[in-house]
Amino acid sequence: MACFLVPAGEAIVTTVVQKVVEKREKKVGGEKAKKTGLTWSRRLSWLNKLLWGGTILLALEHIWHGEVVLWPPFLTAMETPSEVGPMLHEMAIFGGAMAATVTVVWGIMILVVELKSRAAMPKVKESPASGGA
Amino acid sequence: MWLILTALAAVITTAIWYAKAPDDKYKLGLLSLFFWGATLMWLVDHVIAYATEGGEFLEVNLDATLLGIAVIVFALFVWEIVLVVSDPKGVVKKVLRGKS
Repeated sequence: MACFLVPAGEAIVTTVVQKVVEKREKKVGGEKAKKTGLTWSRRLSWLNKLLWGGTILLALEHIWHGEVVLWPPFLTAMETPSEVGPMLHEMAIFGGAMAATVTVVWGIMILVVELKSRAAMPKVKESPASGGA
Repeated sequence: MWLILTALAAVITTAIWYAKAPDDKYKLGLLSLFFWGATLMWLVDHVIAYATEGGEFLEVNLDATLLGIAVIVFALFVWEIVLVVSDPKGVVKKVLRGKS
C-alpha cells in the first residue's frame, strides 16, 4: 500500500547525515580517508543510492498498481478510513523489513570493503631508527 | 516478474560497472545501486507476502512483465537525467557555448 515510504523516510535522514558528514570531512581535511581509503560520506552515499533507487522504483510499482495516485490524498488507502489501519500495519511490517534489509546489506558491504582495504594497505614496520622522541 | 527483471538489470549493470572500474565516468555505480536497492526491497516484499499470505512467489503474466520493463526504462531515464545534469563529458556545456 505504502511500504516504500519507510525506506523513503530513512533515505531523507541518511541524505541529511551524509551532507553533514561531508561538511565535517572537508573541515578536517580527509585525514581519516588517508588511513582507511574511504570517507564516511562516500560510504553513506552508497546507502543513499540503494534507498533512493528502491524508493523511486517501488513508487512506480505502486502507481502501476493504483495504490498511489498523483493527486491528494496520494495514497488510495487514505480515501477509506477502514483501510488506514491495515496500511500503517503494512508500512511497519513490509517497509520496516525493507529498510532494515537494505541497511544490513549496506553494513555488510562496508565491512567487506573495510577488510579488503585494510588487507591491501602496505604494512609499515616501525624501525628503531625512524621512531622515538 | 518485475523482481526477476530488476535483478537481471542489477546483475548486468554491476558487471558493466566492474568491467569499467575504477573509472565511473558515466555513473554506472549509481545505476547498479538503484537496481540493487529495488531488487532487495522487492525480494523482502515477496518473501513476507509469500510467508504471510501464501500463493505464488512470483507473478508471471503480461502485466507483471510490462511492469518489469517499465521499471527498467524508468530507472534508465532517472540515470540519464542525472548524467545530463552532471554532464561528465561536458557535452551540454559545449552545446550551450556553441549556441551563445
